[in-house]
Amino acid sequence: MARLELHQVGKFYANFEAIKAVELTIEDREFVVFVGPSGCGKSTLLRMIAGLEEITSGDLVIDGVRANAIPPDKRGLAMVFQSYALYPHMTVAQNMGFALKMAGVAKAEIAEKVQAAARILQLDAVLSRRPRMLSGGQRQRVAIGRAIVRNPKGFLFDEPLSNLDAALRVQMRTELVKLHQDLAATMIYVTHDQVEAMTMADRIVVLNKGHVEQVGTPLELYRRPANLFVAGFIGSPRMNFFQGRAAQPANGGIALELAGGRTLQVPAPAGAVALGSPLTLGIRPEHLVLADAGPLGGQVDVIEHLGAETLLYVKDPTGGTIVVRTDDLARVRPGAAVSIALRPDRVSLFDDAGNAISHATPD
Amino acid sequence: MREQRASLPGSIIAWVVAFLMFFPILWMLITSFKTEAQAIANPPLIIFRPVLESFAAALSQSGYILFAENSIIISLVSTALAIAIAFPAAYSMAFQPGKRTQDMLVWMLSTKMLPPVGVLVPIYIICRDTGLLDTRTALVIVDMLMNLPIVVWMLFSFFRDIPKDILEAAHMDGAGPRRQMIYLLLPLASPGIASAALLAIILSWNEAFWSINLTASHAGTLAAYIARYSAPEGLFWAKLSAASVLAVAPILIFGSLAQRRLVRGLTAGAVK
Repeated sequence: MARLELHQVGKFYANFEAIKAVELTIEDREFVVFVGPSGCGKSTLLRMIAGLEEITSGDLVIDGVRANAIPPDKRGLAMVFQSYALYPHMTVAQNMGFALKMAGVAKAEIAEKVQAAARILQLDAVLSRRPRMLSGGQRQRVAIGRAIVRNPKGFLFDEPLSNLDAALRVQMRTELVKLHQDLAATMIYVTHDQVEAMTMADRIVVLNKGHVEQVGTPLELYRRPANLFVAGFIGSPRMNFFQGRAAQPANGGIALELAGGRTLQVPAPAGAVALGSPLTLGIRPEHLVLADAGPLGGQVDVIEHLGAETLLYVKDPTGGTIVVRTDDLARVRPGAAVSIALRPDRVSLFDDAGNAISHATPD
Repeated sequence: MREQRASLPGSIIAWVVAFLMFFPILWMLITSFKTEAQAIANPPLIIFRPVLESFAAALSQSGYILFAENSIIISLVSTALAIAIAFPAAYSMAFQPGKRTQDMLVWMLSTKMLPPVGVLVPIYIICRDTGLLDTRTALVIVDMLMNLPIVVWMLFSFFRDIPKDILEAAHMDGAGPRRQMIYLLLPLASPGIASAALLAIILSWNEAFWSINLTASHAGTLAAYIARYSAPEGLFWAKLSAASVLAVAPILIFGSLAQRRLVRGLTAGAVK
């Protein structure tokens, strides 16, 4: 059981405000991912929850108890570090049993619990080895095992997969999701990799410059980003953006005047947009299609064949790059001129301040 | 890449310089096996029948055993104390540094630049008034204080090589600072602790200034023992040499046995 509440939680380093009044509730058994660019404060926030960093303002409440002043080992949370932070001079079994030893648990019981955790993580065969003799993936498992053995209320992961190679990363991702299902514990996971966030999370918290930009399920964030930052951060390749100005309203939407004199018909809720106000239109690469006579277009710069799909990087005459995700290869050659249409039912509009005005998504 | 090979003239110069530097020690060793008459012979004797006369005299007449005992006790105890004090100090400096930690480290080292004679009078008076003159306690305290900056520095640089994450993980696992030191730092930094201790023992063993000035017949170390041979009655070269050999031999043997560890300790952190 672990329900975590963060009320106006903030962190100051001298004059620098690293975390700005974070308001967040993490439900019991939820898998929450903190994601954001490096330096956004996601690791700091995790370490504040762990108790490794002091909370300068606000309250951290764990299962109804204010936890600001509770020392890290008494919070009932276990942490897995990016560097694994295994104790190099101890065997795998000693590493995993260390917390229990510190807690004064009897040796037989420690051995039993270590065995049980080792079985879950397939570490049975290496229990007497030292970390130095293990592969990266095994070390990662030991670090997770060390957390499991404590039977914590919640797990904190600080970029645990970033030191693994790509194949292993994907495998461990799946294993962690499965572990979450098996253990039914609350998990908070920090990553800068939005693919990890999308694939693992029940809910994602997007952080930027110390404040929360948006909290939501992966699909909510993908389909209905609250602002330009989230729209640009979630999704790979990133969303295409076009700057423009709202012109006259037209059947259920507006006409958007883009730079270079082109005009797009875009759906927008009535009265949401003042005429003449600057707008940004966002559309994901998969919602652009090659067309015979689309409103957008340019010269194909780079083609990336990914097998199941193909990414086209098209040079926009106004200077930007338009990314199109397509499986239609017939008429595409590098250097060719293409015309691009957009699916108006998948367009997002953002105001001058970067906040979302509307999302034309089906749900 | 072509293998670098020393040129012949280079090698010769290197050998000559090395020999010149080593010569006084060699000559001392040779002289210690001569009689007093042979020792002052001019031209110096190269070929002679070695005798152990001087060693016997040095051992029997001047209480070598007492001085050696003092040297051993003072260097070991002062080193143990220095490590015990430096360990927590280096821990807090390495893992919980404050704004002034760097300044403090530099200041500590800067005390090593002060000539000891500058504080001779105050320390002498303190020892006199506390009744510590010519006691092992006085030398233990002084040697410990003299070596403390270096020991703190060495332990500090060893601790800094230990990833902070490991201590944080231990903290999450329920180990406070004291248990972190016992279960993690002590085993992880043991090579560093060993080399710091070796260096402190050697420095303390060779320390002559305080030993000569603060002791007389009871607490003198081997350094003071050698100094006694340059007495007003005149120099007895063979006996002085034998005494010197007896004084430096233990630490030379100890040092060469520990050499590998010492070099590793002193260069730790320099190249990763």
